[in-house]
Amino acid sequence: MKSTHRVLGLLTAGTLSLTSLVACSGTDSEPEASDSPGGQTVLKVVALLPGSTQEAIDGFNAQVAEFEAANSDIDVQPEEYEWKATTFAAQLAGGTLPDVFEIPFTDAQGLVENGQLANMDAQFRSLSYADKFNEAILAAGTGADGQVYAIPAKNAYPIALTYNRSLFSSAGLDPDTPPTTWAEVREFAKKIADANPGVAGYATMTQNNTGGWQLTAQTYAHGGRIQSVDADQKATSTIDNEATRATLEFFKTLRWDDNSMGDNFLLDWGSINQAFAAGEVAMFTSGSDIYTAMVQTNSIDPDIYGLAPIPLEGADPAVLTGGTLAGVPASASDEVKDAAIKWIDFYYLSKLVDEKRAVEDAQTLVANNQPVGTPVLPMFSQEQYEQNMEWIKDYINVPLDQMKPFTDQMFSLPLAGEPSQRTQDIYALLDPVVQAVLTDQNADIEALLKDADQQAQALLDQG
Amino acid sequence: MTHQQATPARRAAPGASLRRWVRSGGLSTLVFALPLVIIFGLFSWLPIAKAVVMSFQKTNLIVTQWVGLQNFQDVLADPLLGIAVRNTVYFAALAIVIGYPLPLVLAVLMREVRRARGLYSALAYLPVVVPPVVSVLLWKFFYKAGPNGVFNTILGGIGLGPYPWLQDPNWAMPSLVLAATWAGAGGTIIIYLAALTSVPPELYEAAEVDGAGLWTKVWHVTLPQLRGVLFITLILQIIATAQVFLEPYLFTGGGPNNATITILLLIYRYAFQNSLGGNYGAATALSLMLALFLAAFSVLYFRLTRSWSQS
Repeated sequence: MKSTHRVLGLLTAGTLSLTSLVACSGTDSEPEASDSPGGQTVLKVVALLPGSTQEAIDGFNAQVAEFEAANSDIDVQPEEYEWKATTFAAQLAGGTLPDVFEIPFTDAQGLVENGQLANMDAQFRSLSYADKFNEAILAAGTGADGQVYAIPAKNAYPIALTYNRSLFSSAGLDPDTPPTTWAEVREFAKKIADANPGVAGYATMTQNNTGGWQLTAQTYAHGGRIQSVDADQKATSTIDNEATRATLEFFKTLRWDDNSMGDNFLLDWGSINQAFAAGEVAMFTSGSDIYTAMVQTNSIDPDIYGLAPIPLEGADPAVLTGGTLAGVPASASDEVKDAAIKWIDFYYLSKLVDEKRAVEDAQTLVANNQPVGTPVLPMFSQEQYEQNMEWIKDYINVPLDQMKPFTDQMFSLPLAGEPSQRTQDIYALLDPVVQAVLTDQNADIEALLKDADQQAQALLDQG
Repeated sequence: MTHQQATPARRAAPGASLRRWVRSGGLSTLVFALPLVIIFGLFSWLPIAKAVVMSFQKTNLIVTQWVGLQNFQDVLADPLLGIAVRNTVYFAALAIVIGYPLPLVLAVLMREVRRARGLYSALAYLPVVVPPVVSVLLWKFFYKAGPNGVFNTILGGIGLGPYPWLQDPNWAMPSLVLAATWAGAGGTIIIYLAALTSVPPELYEAAEVDGAGLWTKVWHVTLPQLRGVLFITLILQIIATAQVFLEPYLFTGGGPNNATITILLLIYRYAFQNSLGGNYGAATALSLMLALFLAAFSVLYFRLTRSWSQS
C-alpha cells in the first residue's frame, strides 16, 4: 500500500510539473489564426466604452448579430475598450489588444514605424470606396512606404465647446447664444458659478495627458502652436508662447479671481464627461463627437446638451482636430486581416457611403435608443457627409437643434492637426502645468512655461 | 516500515547511493518540489532576471539595443526622480507617524475589551477585505472638495473646513495616507492581536498587583514583549510604503502638479505613459535601483535592530 501511495504521489507531482510546463509555454510570434471549433475565424473587436448602458450593449450586440448573419464564417467577440495612453501601452506591451482596435491619429505613424500594425493595404484597397477618402485623413494611417496600415474608421472631429443649456438658463443666459469669445466664456462661467454653488462654470481636463491635449487645443484657438517642424522634420518646441500664456492666464483668472472652475481639478476625458452629464460642469472643450459617449456611458439628459465652436482669437487661430483609426496587430494572420476589413467595412464605414447600410445601421441604433446623427468631420467629403445625413434624416435622434451653433460653422472652421512629434509625451508634461495653475494660487506661469518648453525640446531632440 | 531505513554498515555498490537517495525519499521530494520550482522560477525569478537585463537595454519590446548604463544615467538626471523620492519619503514618514502606532493602540484596546472581541476584530479587518479599487472610489467620493463633500459636510457641522483634500498639493499626500491607513491597519491589528496572546498573562497580573494602570502595563509589559513583532512590522511597512502605487495612481494620478508622484508611479509612467510603448529600460533601471536600496536598507535595519529585538 505504502509503495502504491508513493507511486501515485510521484505520478501526481510529475503530472503537475508537466502541466505547469505546458501552461507556461507561451505561443511564439507566429501569425495567429484563431479558429473556433466550427471552422469560423474568431475576430476580437473593440466594443463600447466600459460602463456603457444596457441599451448601448444591446444595440452593439444587435449589430454583431447582423454582421455574423451576413458573414457566417466569422465569430465576432467584442471587448470593452477605452483608449487611454497608459492602458493602451500596457495592452500593446502585453499583447492583449483585440484584433481590431482603435487608435488616435497621432499614434498611427509611430506604431507603423515600430512594426506594431499589420499592413492592411491589400484589404483596404478591396473596399469599393477606398479612393474616395479625404486624403488628409487617410494619410494619418498611411506609412512612409505608401501602404495603408490603419484605416480611418470611427470618426474625425474638431475640438468644440460643450455647454449645459439648463445651467445657462439657470443663470439667466440664452442657451441658443453660446459664448463666441474667451471673454464671454469667462463672463458666462462666472454667472453660472454664482447662480449654482458647487458647479464649475467652466472646467478643463488635467490628467492622463488630456490636460496637455486641451491646453494645446486652446493654444491653437488663441492663435499659437506648441511645436514647429522644418522641412527636414526637425521639430522645435514653441510651448513658451503668447497663446499658451494667455490660456493659462485665462485659467488662473477663472480659478482664483472668479472662483468659477468648481472644486475638481483632477479630470480626464471620461471624468469630465461624467461631471458634465451630472450637471457639475457648465462648459468645457473636447471633441465634437462626445455626445455619443455621454449617451452610452453617462446617460446624459439630451435636453441639457449644447455644442458650439471653440472661440477663436488672435492671429492665425485654428481648431485642433483629431480622429480615430482602426488598426490590426502586426501578428494577425491573413484570415484575421480579411475578417477585420469586413468588420471595419460593416461597423464603421459602409454606413457612410451606402444608403442601404446607412439606413440599416440607423434603424438598429434607434431601435436600441442609441444616438444617430452626432456631428463629426466628413471622412470622405462634405457632399458625402450631407448625403449621408439626408439618408438617415428620419432616424436622427440627437438634439441637432441644440448643436446648431456648431453645425452652422463646422465646414468653415480653420482646422489644424495635432503636433506631429512626441505628441503624447509632450501632452503628458503639460498636465502638471495646467494642474499647477489650477491648484496653486502662486503658480508662476512664466517659469512653468519655460520649464515645460525645455523639457519638450529635450524630448524632441531625442527624436 | 523498515524498508525505508538505510543500512549504513553495508558497503556502497556503484549506484547504491543513488538508490539509497531515491529510497530515502529524495526523488519524491524533488518531484514534489518541481512544480513549485518551475512556477516560481518562470513567474518570479525569470521576470526579475529579464528586468535586470532590460535595464541595460533600450527597447520597445520589438527593437532592442544595448545601451550600457544609459538608462541609469537618464533616470538619475530626470528632475521628476527627486520629486518622486521626496514624495515617497514623505508618504512613508506620514504613514509611520499616522499608520504605525494606530494598529498597536487599537490592538491593545481590543485586547482589553472583555466582550465581543471577535466583532471588533472583524470590524477592524473589514477594510482589508474591501477591494482596494472600491475603497479608493468610496474615499474619492468622501474627499470631494467644496462644502457639499461628505467629509466637508461632517466637518462643517463643527465649524471646520471646507478643505480641498485631493485638490491641493499640500493636502493631497496626507489625504492619501489617511485612506491607506484605513485600508491597511486591519492586517497589522490582527498580527498584533495574535502576538498579544503570546504575552504571558502572569506579567499583567503581576503588574496589576503592583498597582499598574493600562498605560504602565502597555509601556512595561506589552511593548517589550512585542518588540520583535514591532520591528518586523516596521520594516514591512517601510518596504510597503516605499513601493506605494495604488493610492497615488487611483486617487490623483500623481497630481496635483506632481505632488503625489511616487517612485513606483514614476516607474509606471516610464513604462506606460507613452501610448506607443514606453521607456521600459528606464522603468526597469529605476525598479532595480529601488530594489537594491530596499535590500540594503533591510540588511542594515536588521543589523542595527538585532541586539534590540533580542535583548
